[in-house]
Amino acid sequence: MIALGAHAEFIIAAYVGVFAGLAGLIGWTVFAARQTRRRLEELGDGQRQGSSAQ
Amino acid sequence: MTIDTTPKMTWWNRLSHPGQFVALTRPLILPLALVTGVLFAVGLWYGFFSSPPEKYMGDTVRIMYVHVPTAWLSQFVYATMAVSALGTLVWRHPMADVSMKAAAPLGAAFTAMALFTGSLWGRPTWGTFWEWDGRMTSTLVLLFIYLGIVALWRAFDDQLRAARVVAVFTLVGAVNIPIIKFSVDWWSTLHQPASVFRADGPTMPGEILTPLFIMFFAFTFLFITLQLAAMHTEVRRRRITTLERRAARGDAR
Repeated sequence: MIALGAHAEFIIAAYVGVFAGLAGLIGWTVFAARQTRRRLEELGDGQRQGSSAQ
Repeated sequence: MTIDTTPKMTWWNRLSHPGQFVALTRPLILPLALVTGVLFAVGLWYGFFSSPPEKYMGDTVRIMYVHVPTAWLSQFVYATMAVSALGTLVWRHPMADVSMKAAAPLGAAFTAMALFTGSLWGRPTWGTFWEWDGRMTSTLVLLFIYLGIVALWRAFDDQLRAARVVAVFTLVGAVNIPIIKFSVDWWSTLHQPASVFRADGPTMPGEILTPLFIMFFAFTFLFITLQLAAMHTEVRRRRITTLERRAARGDAR
């Protein structure tokens, strides 16, 4: 790891904050996708997901 | 009408059918995710190991590699929503409001990240985390607009009715985008003027521009990936609502 100079804590905090936020966004997107897929299967629509209409 | 005279289904028609849209775009998710991962790995390597400290900013220039892409996305996502709003109001495209709804929380998150990284860059550079100048204040207003749109979607049970109200609100809020973009030119602000997207070309050296552009594409590809996945989820969510209503009426298949 390179030396980040006198303001290393600001640089580290910026990257930790952003990547924590990105992890949250990705996790939330995957969780919501799985939850809806599971609910559709419970409703007996599991096979029709790709071609389901509104 | 015979089979010969029946109009062929264009890609536009296919994209307007939620099920067809999901079927057509689902194979894109994995390749997009892989490209995003590679871009982030290369961008971070360049940002931390190949990019030198900047003449004036020193090492804090590395914050730019996450600040500039998130600030760009805060506006690009809103532009995506504004185009989708036009799609809802003018063309009544069935996927337009799905796109609008999926993009709003993503835009809010990227705007919050831009404000967060900007304040962490501002403290060592300007001596303050926050200043009520044109660029920062208009970006904060953008965050509130995003949160308002997310709240508005949740306030309606009827999503088609919500779509029209949100579309109008989104188009009115779009006036803030040129204010953010040109605030540094119109007013005397603490925030520096544009240094990358300029008519006469970027003012930054190549070794800083390279990681900046790689991270810019990494974040943009991440948005496209998450947007598609969120749109698929929204299509499924509406299908669930339809099935649950049918079940409640007692005529579920």
